[in-house]
Amino acid sequence: MLLADARALCPELAAVPGDPAGDLAAIEKLAVWAQRWGPWSALDPPDGVLVDVTGAAHLFGGEETLLADVVRAFAARGLTVRAALAPTAGAAWALAHYGRGAAIIPPLQGRGTTEGGGGAGDRDPKAGASGQRRTPLHHAAHGPPPPTGEDDMLRLLADLPVAALRLDDDVLTVLRRLGIKRLGELAGVTGAGEDDLAREAAARDALRRRFRNRSSPAANPLLRLDQLLGKVPEPLLPVVARPMPMVQRRLAEPLRHRAPLDHVVEDLAGDMGRALEARGEGARRLELALWRVDGEVLMRRIELAAATREAAHITRLFAKRLDDIDAGFGIETVQLRASWSEPLALTQADLDAAAEEHGTALAACIDRLTVRLGPRAVTRPVARASHLPERAQAWQPPLDPVPPQQGALAFHTRPLKLLDRPEPIAVLYASPDGFPQRFRWRGTVREVVRVEGPERIAPEWWRERSTTRLRDYYRIEDQAGARYWIYRRGIAGDGRGGVPDWFLQGLFA
Amino acid sequence: MPSSSFRPSPARVLARSLPEARWRPGLAAQPFHSEIFAPATEASGAGLALALARDALTSSAESGAVEDTRQILWVQDRQAIKRGGRPCLAGLPREWRHRVIHVAAATPEDALFALEEGVRCRDLACVIGEIAGNPKALSFTASRRLSLAAERHGVRLWLVRLDAEPDLSSARMRWRARAAPSPPPRWNAAAPGNATWHGELFRARAHAPGEWTLSDDHTHLAIARDTDGDFAAPDSVRLARATVGRSLAAVARA
Repeated sequence: MLLADARALCPELAAVPGDPAGDLAAIEKLAVWAQRWGPWSALDPPDGVLVDVTGAAHLFGGEETLLADVVRAFAARGLTVRAALAPTAGAAWALAHYGRGAAIIPPLQGRGTTEGGGGAGDRDPKAGASGQRRTPLHHAAHGPPPPTGEDDMLRLLADLPVAALRLDDDVLTVLRRLGIKRLGELAGVTGAGEDDLAREAAARDALRRRFRNRSSPAANPLLRLDQLLGKVPEPLLPVVARPMPMVQRRLAEPLRHRAPLDHVVEDLAGDMGRALEARGEGARRLELALWRVDGEVLMRRIELAAATREAAHITRLFAKRLDDIDAGFGIETVQLRASWSEPLALTQADLDAAAEEHGTALAACIDRLTVRLGPRAVTRPVARASHLPERAQAWQPPLDPVPPQQGALAFHTRPLKLLDRPEPIAVLYASPDGFPQRFRWRGTVREVVRVEGPERIAPEWWRERSTTRLRDYYRIEDQAGARYWIYRRGIAGDGRGGVPDWFLQGLFA
Repeated sequence: MPSSSFRPSPARVLARSLPEARWRPGLAAQPFHSEIFAPATEASGAGLALALARDALTSSAESGAVEDTRQILWVQDRQAIKRGGRPCLAGLPREWRHRVIHVAAATPEDALFALEEGVRCRDLACVIGEIAGNPKALSFTASRRLSLAAERHGVRLWLVRLDAEPDLSSARMRWRARAAPSPPPRWNAAAPGNATWHGELFRARAHAPGEWTLSDDHTHLAIARDTDGDFAAPDSVRLARATVGRSLAAVARA
């Protein structure tokens, strides 16, 4: 249904644009936070989290209280959640999405338990969170097998729809056409729970042949069923939190003057250098947060051209940015974070005050220029594939790698300097398509003594309008010896405008 | 046009061979801070600065034959960009095209800051600056700062002053440059030729002041000779110069 149709039916409808990347980031944070219930957690995009709570339930006073705690914690954060606990991840997912609320499958005999839960979401009320009890994946090898828990689990889950197997839509369609709607029916077709192994194998074979070329679990119901029953391992990719390097100072006395603040920043830069060194990294972006007594937070951010952890350099860059700080009644906490860091190997440190003696490195010099003049002011010209002079060069950050470029033609003489925009000139010529003889530029009339041209540069028809005129470039020298690059836009009678205009675009050395 | 009537006399040829008295291209001892005054309607200032910089870099790096890959910082303030344009990549000397870092400073103060930071950076080959007019920030103190920093860290600085009056400055060499008619190229006498400037060295510590017509043929800076005979036989001067073992009088007559 289109949004317009839906709005026509229900005008109070609130529409919110989708943000899949933001949702994934939120789920990631949620997964890290959910590690409070178990040592491991994994993402289950788009709306779920799986937590391994093997052996952790007793810390919360049992599995029921654990699930109740999950529901309470999510509800306190305004999230609706459906939680479930089961021996395998698949079973927990099925229960969280299609079972009754807070369902628990008890641990199987001789096995650990895996708690699974549905997804959690703030937008989708169906979403839930899953915990899981971990299942050892092998039967005990000795002695008569105890009455397995598979039958038990199958019996408990038989009423769930086949969609609880985490299958793709087209597979679900196939199953629906085959008349298989419930897990129990699928288990009946596969022969799970049969006493005779030969008959079970024959029954499985029919379904396996049907899906023989589906190797991904989401497209193969047999594989999913085995994962749900714990016959096949299903490794999870755990989420590992990686905190950004952060150092801070809480000050005994609020700072109101610049000199002690500089001192604190210097200390923080030293701490940050050590914190980064321990991780083998260097900072590319640093954020300095200053908490004032009245609760205001002042932020200063710098970006660096190359990864660094040199305290003196960081201090110096921040010193330039602290000039306009309004301390108010004082600053009580200063925090420095490296929100973007890159690997940086240890190098030989300067043995003496070498930087003062031998000058700064190029990256440090670029950093200083960028901090004062802005990132757009310091650039490197690079060639671009175009014949139009103003498009033939682009400007990029100075330390970025230069893209590979085609060699320039040696007979194309180009001026040393190009004006930002070509300046119109008034030209006197013998014939409209002939050489210029005299021109007026910036209020001075100049006699053209020598001229070479034209070099014709056609417009880029794949990019520009069809009425764009071509350019005929001339290299000229006036009577004083100054050399210029001028062009005539269009030729008389090209049907794209009236009399051609003349422009001066470049200055030769 | 002074160069058309200029004919090197034997006395001048003799004087040129004296060490250090007169400036010539290719001297080993080059100053660290030079100024070039040029009109903004020509690129002669930047062109001469590039030519002098290349001359200084090649003559000082002759001992080590390793290719120089250090970067070159080119600083311009906003007025200089507006009046004289930005450097064009395809027009730069071939070996410098991938080495130029351009700084567009908004004010002369920012440009001076960028020049000083560049001069203090050990990884730069040289620094070229362009500042238009006579801003208040570029006082004698500021130029002295630049001179001292350049001499301390050994990075050479050429500062092009567009449309400026030569006021107080501590630059070790001060040039006045303007474009001069170029020699006719070999194959098309009607076309503009190699870059040629009329350079006047009006203040220098180590050299006597003087005027030259300088030309740059994309490889090295040279003092343009009298080119009267060039129309008849394009390369006669160079052929004559290449001959070894001529007497001094013959050189003078050529």
